[in-house]
Amino acid sequence: MSKTNSVVSLREIRKIYHLGGEDIAAVDGVSLDIAGGDFVAIMGASGSGKSTLLNILGCLDQPTSGSYGIEGEDVARFDKDCLARVRNRRIGFVFQNFSLLARTSALENVEMPLYYGAHLQAAERHQKARKLLQRVGLGERLHHTPGQLSGGQMQRVAIARALVNQPSILLADEPTGNLDSRSGAEIMALFHELSAEGITLIMVTHSDDIARQAKRTIHMRDGRVVA
Amino acid sequence: MNPLLLLRMALRALWRAKVRSLLTSLGIIVGIAAVIAMKAIGDGATVMIQDQMSSLGNNLVMLFSGSQNTSGVRGGLGTQQNLMDSDAVALARECPHVQSVCPTVMAWYTQIIYGPNNWRTTVQGVTPSFQEMRRWPVSDGTFFTEADQRSGAHVCVLGATVVQNLVAEGEELPPNTFIRVRNIPFRVLGVLAKKGTTAWGQDQDDTILMPLNACRRVLQRNPFDNVNQILVSIDNMDNLEVARNEITAVLRERHHTAPAADNDFGIRDMTEMTQMVSSVANSMKILLTLIASISLIVGGIGIMNIMLVSVTERTREIGLRMAVGARQRDILWQFLVEAILLSGVGGLIGIGFGVGAAHILANAKQWPILIDTSTILLALIVAASTGIIFGIYPAWRASRLNPIDALRYE
Repeated sequence: MSKTNSVVSLREIRKIYHLGGEDIAAVDGVSLDIAGGDFVAIMGASGSGKSTLLNILGCLDQPTSGSYGIEGEDVARFDKDCLARVRNRRIGFVFQNFSLLARTSALENVEMPLYYGAHLQAAERHQKARKLLQRVGLGERLHHTPGQLSGGQMQRVAIARALVNQPSILLADEPTGNLDSRSGAEIMALFHELSAEGITLIMVTHSDDIARQAKRTIHMRDGRVVA
Repeated sequence: MNPLLLLRMALRALWRAKVRSLLTSLGIIVGIAAVIAMKAIGDGATVMIQDQMSSLGNNLVMLFSGSQNTSGVRGGLGTQQNLMDSDAVALARECPHVQSVCPTVMAWYTQIIYGPNNWRTTVQGVTPSFQEMRRWPVSDGTFFTEADQRSGAHVCVLGATVVQNLVAEGEELPPNTFIRVRNIPFRVLGVLAKKGTTAWGQDQDDTILMPLNACRRVLQRNPFDNVNQILVSIDNMDNLEVARNEITAVLRERHHTAPAADNDFGIRDMTEMTQMVSSVANSMKILLTLIASISLIVGGIGIMNIMLVSVTERTREIGLRMAVGARQRDILWQFLVEAILLSGVGGLIGIGFGVGAAHILANAKQWPILIDTSTILLALIVAASTGIIFGIYPAWRASRLNPIDALRYE
């Protein structure tokens, strides 16, 4: 895989935590290239460093050393504001617990990332959010609040929110972990559609069944990629 | 972030917790209401006193003729007849700070008769400048003129109380009617506007004004040119001290007073009263500032407390907003705007209650109130500033959260 068509490119990424005078490497020299449009599952036991790696991939955390390129731009040394902009424009997040704003309509939840980007008229924001909710099959539930939605529906709202700024990368942390198998299957089907449309999907999961559906699986142990 | 969006977001967050928002603002509401109401009442009282004082006249200084000393017995001011018409003219001419003068003679306890009624009052012989100096317009008819003054015409102007006592209720004094003053007919030119009582309870309307010479020659039967008082108005109360010195110097020179001797005239002004009024107003100001400060600090701490709780409760929301691209300053502004809204809207409600309370008191107790817009504006600015001062720390704490920890916060 050549480096030029990689959307994500990690080189010798280390993340070292100082705990009680001892240095612990949560991520210990990971080098990884992920091509545009790839669908990657990251697996590993708790403490294997996969969450830390996902945080670094999502620009929520910065590596202690190493370089990290997103679409050819080295973000490893970006300051906080620049990282916030990268998260806003290029990365979408899907969380295990959905993380929707309570007592706030689906439409507004989806619009929320637009508040922090380029200035848009309210009508444009509504239109974008409505289109995405229709895309994930919630066109009839625009004004429902999270309390009025099922788990699968909430996760679909979260996916719509992740997509609202048209990111190139979608990061999902155990996206089906809190869902029953049917809802989980619906979410995975949605992921397959998105992947087919060309978005780069990186997903952390415990489940072999889920991981098997990805195009590529990465196993981690003790902060290193083992397979 | 766009300020309008921030405002909408904050309004929505506060609206979602209506009762809590209201209770949080309560400290500010009560504090601002109390200050607005007290200021309205205090200002009303001050203006009433100032009105009463200015009803006495325009920057007035009063000169009395001196005390007569008969074999060691001093007669008190006015017993010596040494203030003259010419003194008044000289003061107007020679003292730069003196604007106008009005020599005055008094005929005390003068019986007057009109038709079947009679009344006893004080007649003052004055010059036409009196009207402007005492700010005392004629409500009906005219005042006498310089020509009446020179010719010694038998004309007069009546105070409202005098008219009330001479004319039966419901009737009016016909124009150019005559009344008898000590049995001498005087033509009534007009009636003075009602001026009310002085702060010490003297009825200012119980008097008759007539030209100086008519009063002196006809009522006092005095062939000389001495007067009882000279009313002096100066250009500005700030120049009072200078003006007093000028007047004293001119009069001492004209009366050939020896350098070591006391003044042979008395001089009075309203300094004491002015000082009293301004010292009362000052105490009021200090008291209000104190109450405002205490209640705003208490209210502000209430807001800070709830904002800190709110930041903790919404840690995950903060983490989520950061994950989707909120910068630290976006989070800071979000919480700061909420705090400012709490205090600002609290201030507005407080202003409403304060104005309402002042009006209720004004109606129930007949107190004069004065509400000026600058106070309301200031109250609003101070309330909003309280939000900034006490909201900045919670907002700063929120903005410094680590997004990873915040997202995982349970």
